[in-house]
Amino acid sequence: MSDTAVKSTSIKNLIKANIRNYSMVLMLALIMIIFSFLTDGVNLNSRNFTNIFMQNSYILLLAVGMVLVIIVGNIDLSVGSVAAFIGAISAMLYNSGANMFVTVIASIIIGILIGAFQGAWIAYAKIPAFIVTLAAQLLFRGLTYIITNVSPISLRDDNFKQIASGMANIDALTINGVYYTALIAGVVVFLIYVFLEIQGRQNKLKYGFTVSPLSFFIFKLLVIGLLILGLSQRFATYRGIPIVVIVLGVTIILFSFLTNNTVIGRYIYAVGGNARSAKLSGINSELVVFVVQLIMGGLTGLAGVVFTGYMNSALPQAGNNFELDAIAACFIGGASASGGIGTVIGAIVGGLVMAAINNGMSLMNIQAQWQYVVKAMVLLLAVFYDIYTRRKTGLG
Amino acid sequence: MGEYILEIENLTKDFPGVRALDHVSLRVRKGEIHSLCGENGAGKSTLMSVISGVYPKGSYEGKVFFKGKETHYHSVKDSEKEGLAIIHQELALSPYLSIYENIFLGHMRTSLGIINWDYYIKESQKYLDQVGLKENPATIVSRMGVGKQQLVEIARALSKKVELLILDEPTSSLNDDESEKLLKLILELKQQGITCIMISHKLNEVLEIADRVTVLRDGKSISTYDVKQDKLTEAMLIRDMVGRDLTARFPERKNTPGEVILEVKNWTVYHPDYHTIKVVDNASFYARKGEIVAFCGPMGAGRTELMMSIYGRSYGSHAEGEIRIGGKKIDTSDTRKAIEAGIGYVSEDRKNLGLILIQDVKSNISISSLPKLSKAGVVNSSLEIREAERFKNELRIKTPSINQLARNLSGGNQQKVALSRCMLSDPEIFIVDEPTRGIDVGAKSEIYHILNDMAANGKTIIMVTSELPEAIGMADRIYVMNEGRIKGELTHEEATQEKIMHIALLN
Repeated sequence: MSDTAVKSTSIKNLIKANIRNYSMVLMLALIMIIFSFLTDGVNLNSRNFTNIFMQNSYILLLAVGMVLVIIVGNIDLSVGSVAAFIGAISAMLYNSGANMFVTVIASIIIGILIGAFQGAWIAYAKIPAFIVTLAAQLLFRGLTYIITNVSPISLRDDNFKQIASGMANIDALTINGVYYTALIAGVVVFLIYVFLEIQGRQNKLKYGFTVSPLSFFIFKLLVIGLLILGLSQRFATYRGIPIVVIVLGVTIILFSFLTNNTVIGRYIYAVGGNARSAKLSGINSELVVFVVQLIMGGLTGLAGVVFTGYMNSALPQAGNNFELDAIAACFIGGASASGGIGTVIGAIVGGLVMAAINNGMSLMNIQAQWQYVVKAMVLLLAVFYDIYTRRKTGLG
Repeated sequence: MGEYILEIENLTKDFPGVRALDHVSLRVRKGEIHSLCGENGAGKSTLMSVISGVYPKGSYEGKVFFKGKETHYHSVKDSEKEGLAIIHQELALSPYLSIYENIFLGHMRTSLGIINWDYYIKESQKYLDQVGLKENPATIVSRMGVGKQQLVEIARALSKKVELLILDEPTSSLNDDESEKLLKLILELKQQGITCIMISHKLNEVLEIADRVTVLRDGKSISTYDVKQDKLTEAMLIRDMVGRDLTARFPERKNTPGEVILEVKNWTVYHPDYHTIKVVDNASFYARKGEIVAFCGPMGAGRTELMMSIYGRSYGSHAEGEIRIGGKKIDTSDTRKAIEAGIGYVSEDRKNLGLILIQDVKSNISISSLPKLSKAGVVNSSLEIREAERFKNELRIKTPSINQLARNLSGGNQQKVALSRCMLSDPEIFIVDEPTRGIDVGAKSEIYHILNDMAANGKTIIMVTSELPEAIGMADRIYVMNEGRIKGELTHEEATQEKIMHIALLN
């Protein structure tokens, strides 16, 4: 094996090794295209694009936290109830006169505290996460009913709902009904992405590490660019960038970075991959499990506020089945039920696959009961495909 | 004799990208003990899987004849019906069931779906007598040691009227005493007319009981010897297994140990579940800079428990005693503190305690040292790749790239990855637990060189080993343990296998 021969891996091998990562994105694209025929293109129009994100933002936020929980080898069944509980508290806090910023921060902090409570039972009392979070699901549903008196809490004004359905626009940049803020933001994000990718590649080349072929690299940049710019174009031609998309984007970037590039992120994968080995490698695996629960709690708090904003009131029965949607998103996105495997981007794509199916079928006026059936099949087949390809490529 | 119970002709088995077996031929006579030797990856296990029907007819080329008839097995069940049983390295008993349930599991007769357990309890006693296991048939299997569990497996095979028994590394997890009993049992079974194929790395055992030996190398059958007629020696077998003469099994040591660096005084470890039982009792020892110290003793002597307890209390409910490094008392109450104090530990159980098999080589190497490879909590991935590449080259880890998953590596290379992880965290004191278990002769020799080089660089090596020749060949000093106590100490010059056994068992 000569040194120069392995410097640049062939495109065929690259696709083979990454087929799992790309196949879900392709599946998402395929679903969008199929529904565009079935709905005469309605699902691709600007307004619907914005709706898909708004209607699913809280699930996607939960999926980001849930994928960390699943990677570390646990599961969290409590996020729906906890989101309802914090959603109710955030409404009360806001109605008592707190401004939006304080409300959001306070909700996240309460979420982190609830995460600490559950994390302590899971990590230190060593009770299985399934049981702790099942108990918490009941507990926080009960507490939500208690503090809301089982009736909805309406909000004192319309500012609260901005976090879920508001738009971030600079008025001066809105010309002839086109929201150029969104386009400019898209271009800026894309340029930053290109810059980071090129820098990373040059860094690798400097040390003589293996990199993907240049043609593949450029192709990848183009595809991502098309996605980012296409999305911002959709937003620009409807009402601009939704605030919740910015919140979601920042969350995704933050936690993608955390999982890929930080020590704690690597520890999460290590503990999920083999807890006992991680322990012998000097990793405080209890603390890692605990921290993951804190993150999940904080994101649940955020999702609770967003959902309250989306409904424009805090509902006692809010958050029903959120945990199941979030968990399904992670598994469709390639996470392993036995821990150690999964990505934040995967969970988001998985969540969007579910969202696109829901949305498309709603546009076709298919009843909710059939949507459940279709979603169930998608979940089963996606995970089957996952296990099948892994076995074939020798990864599972 | 003379009649063949099993004949294999020109067997070829391909896996995607690899030819596991390449025109292998093997003939096993009725009533003999036939041993199969070869390095890891030589194709022994694949061959056994073909014979027993794990790989069904059609997935391989060539012919297999059992009792004169060509076999057409679709699954293991088919081969069992014909009287062929295989006992794997990893035991396949159901841990929470009793002995008798395990013996008859899957082949008990029922009337109207109801099992007559009393009949089977009585019946199981017959087979337990046959294998010489004195246990109540109702004993739960997981409460017994590995040695006894193995006997249950053999009893299970006997209950299926086995004619050809295949044993895959039967003594690899047994102590000397248990091994001897098992070998005796195999000889007894031979008297009863049961043919036996034994796969083994332990060449002395092979020469002791086998009638004939076949050597596999790189998926090919290299040679078949008659032990008595050909006056077979270990050297002949090793030559055929590796394809070259291993001149020096243990590399020569050049450096002399320096001053004492590690002192452990009156170390006592308590059982994780029964908090009053002492698993290690009042152990005191020391080690010098640049010294290799071996810990010998039978299984269950408390060697691994002692080392894991010192390394961050990774074993036991609690521990008492004192550890000093360079004269200073240190705290090793969790693994992170132990690593920071300069202790590294490479586990004997690579798959469960050592590596993260679903992660790549690079992550496995770096995981203990991430704080060192990062700034403000962000991993410096260039540095990480560079370090992983360095170890890949220095230790000659055979892998297509550092992005290969650890599970896809062979045992020897996995061990090198585990060593790399420990070396990267740069401890002064290296504790290696059974560093060469289950790896082939060539890789063993490479591991010995790595350990020697580390000692030459002033590191202290503490080696827990069950292979006495390895301890004698490598160590400057040997501590002998049994029943949780350090029973004695031997220098390199005075150590012999007899003396070690004598100290362990008689003092």
